[in-house]
Amino acid sequence: MQFFFEVLIGGLLSGVMYSLVALGFVLIYKASGVFNFAQGTMVFFAALTFVGLTEHGLSFWMALPATLVVMVLLGLAIERAVLRPLVNQPQISLFMATIGLSFLLEGLAQIVWGTSVRGLDIGVADEPIGWIADRFGLNISKFDLVAALIAAVLVAALAFFFSRTRIGRALRAVADDHQAALAVGIPLQQIWGIVWAVAGAVALVAGLLWGARNGVQFALTFVALKALPVLMLGGLESVPGAIVGGLIIGASEKLAEVYLGPMVGGGIEGWFPYVLALVVLLFRPEGLFGEKIIRRV
Amino acid sequence: MLYREAGQFKSTYLADSAIFPLRQDRIAMAVLLAIAFIVVPLTATPYLFSAILIPTLILALAAIGLNILTGYAGQLSLGSAAFMAVGAFASFNFILRVPGIPILVAFVGGGLCAAAIGIVFGLPSLRIRGFYLAVATLAAQFFIIWFLTKVGWVTNYNSSGVITAQPIVVFGYRFDAPAPKYLLVLSIVALMALAAKNMTRGNLGRKWMAIRDMDVAAEVIGIPQMKTKLLAFAVSSFYCGVAGALFAYAYLGTVEPEAYNLDLSFRILFMVIIGGAGTILGSFLGSAFIVLTPIVLNVTVGWLDASGLHVPASAGSNLEVIVFGVLIIFFLIVEPLGIARLWSIGKEKLRLWPFPH
Repeated sequence: MQFFFEVLIGGLLSGVMYSLVALGFVLIYKASGVFNFAQGTMVFFAALTFVGLTEHGLSFWMALPATLVVMVLLGLAIERAVLRPLVNQPQISLFMATIGLSFLLEGLAQIVWGTSVRGLDIGVADEPIGWIADRFGLNISKFDLVAALIAAVLVAALAFFFSRTRIGRALRAVADDHQAALAVGIPLQQIWGIVWAVAGAVALVAGLLWGARNGVQFALTFVALKALPVLMLGGLESVPGAIVGGLIIGASEKLAEVYLGPMVGGGIEGWFPYVLALVVLLFRPEGLFGEKIIRRV
Repeated sequence: MLYREAGQFKSTYLADSAIFPLRQDRIAMAVLLAIAFIVVPLTATPYLFSAILIPTLILALAAIGLNILTGYAGQLSLGSAAFMAVGAFASFNFILRVPGIPILVAFVGGGLCAAAIGIVFGLPSLRIRGFYLAVATLAAQFFIIWFLTKVGWVTNYNSSGVITAQPIVVFGYRFDAPAPKYLLVLSIVALMALAAKNMTRGNLGRKWMAIRDMDVAAEVIGIPQMKTKLLAFAVSSFYCGVAGALFAYAYLGTVEPEAYNLDLSFRILFMVIIGGAGTILGSFLGSAFIVLTPIVLNVTVGWLDASGLHVPASAGSNLEVIVFGVLIIFFLIVEPLGIARLWSIGKEKLRLWPFPH
């Protein structure tokens, strides 16, 4: 039983890491209807830029704002160069454009900073917390807990941003109906620029945590594939959905790997989240918290 | 001046609904086929056959398959490579376990297996739409590749999970050299492309397009949604399956399941979108673009390197990736409807040329 809880908690905490990546997807999809496949590469790009800057002698607190500026500029540039010319095109064209973008970014990041695998230290050790291990006999990583905390703060900040600030409300209006938002005088392109910039910042946070966990390497771009079932399960337009979906996927993936994996020969974590999301979608075609689509003829 | 329909009168409905109603189109197509079937095999080098022509044709076949599903029936799929894998591994097992089976029958059997699997993974499309469906098809991609890797029976218990394609023998003739292989692939692809063209411009294709444009409305006017969607998945997977078998037998030779990874699925989707969704011609143009671009970039970087501008190996490969990404974005911005659209615009212009009005 104790082992079960350990796996469960480990899974929940790693699910939070998936949510962090999924958040970036949700932000952009919510505001502009673009399914941004390049989000995973943006995570990689952010982590690599950060590590590259610290290697050039910048301290942690110097490199952080510098990378943030880079990511915000990148987000604005993407909006200007890729999305604006493609306004009103079918969603699939925009989706393909973001795949092209992910090629561009991964090439660019590696040409500037090199292709070697680097470690990233954010000052939190990936080791069990002593007093929990003593009292409850559970091994819970300090790093995972800090990551969960950061994700919680980020979600709270985003929720506040979306519901209480002027820009946040404009964002929601744009998400609801582009043309109506334009009609009441919301500057659409400015809003999209802001969304991409925020998504860049979220990618930075995810990149730091994932980079510290797995090392900064090309494989970091594949975290996008981990985030997709989370998105499906939670619903493409929902910030809380990304969190809940992440928790469900993380926990069930680890449990399935431990209890189901040995029966079928292991290695099931590659597809299990997708099949789980698929099963949930059969009952709720828009995910758990996605917007209900009512289709009329 | 040369390309216009003036003077070509049609007196029957049959003539009016021909694939190539214009005489010029018929002549151009005949010339193209003559070049592909006679001139190219006589002149091309083995490198041209095995590095460019054969993969372009095979991937064009897969792109036609995906185009039927995505371009005509409007169901976004990211799992086409997995269906190719099903076709390849099923063909391998047919030849291995059914003694004396003709190889072309085995290819068809592989395609039918892929179609069956395609129907199973197409079932969610009855409830799930758009990007949700795309991610659901990723489940097919990851699950099928995992299954082929894990189940030893499929690869005949090869310890490294690799299959070696048996030699292609049709009526006692061995297709060993690149040129005969090319002719075989070309014949299969040409026949299947013709079938696809006829399917998509007939009753079935119209049903698919109705489902694509608005499935609720299509159902209201009496198009059975389930049957039509599943048929699209089946036909699409059949094409992908045959393409996958050809990919293994005529192109790669030895294959592991990982050869049919997500990357290949994305490349096929690129072919459809860049070539032009909802056109058969676009599948060929897109395939040529996606196969040729990396080769051209590679040669260009090598040429830059040789001409004194020193390019480190890693920078070279990254440069290729960057340019590839930029080209994709560029093409999507310039012509979101694909290269096939440029072609039809060109034909319209040609009808008026050289007089502007």
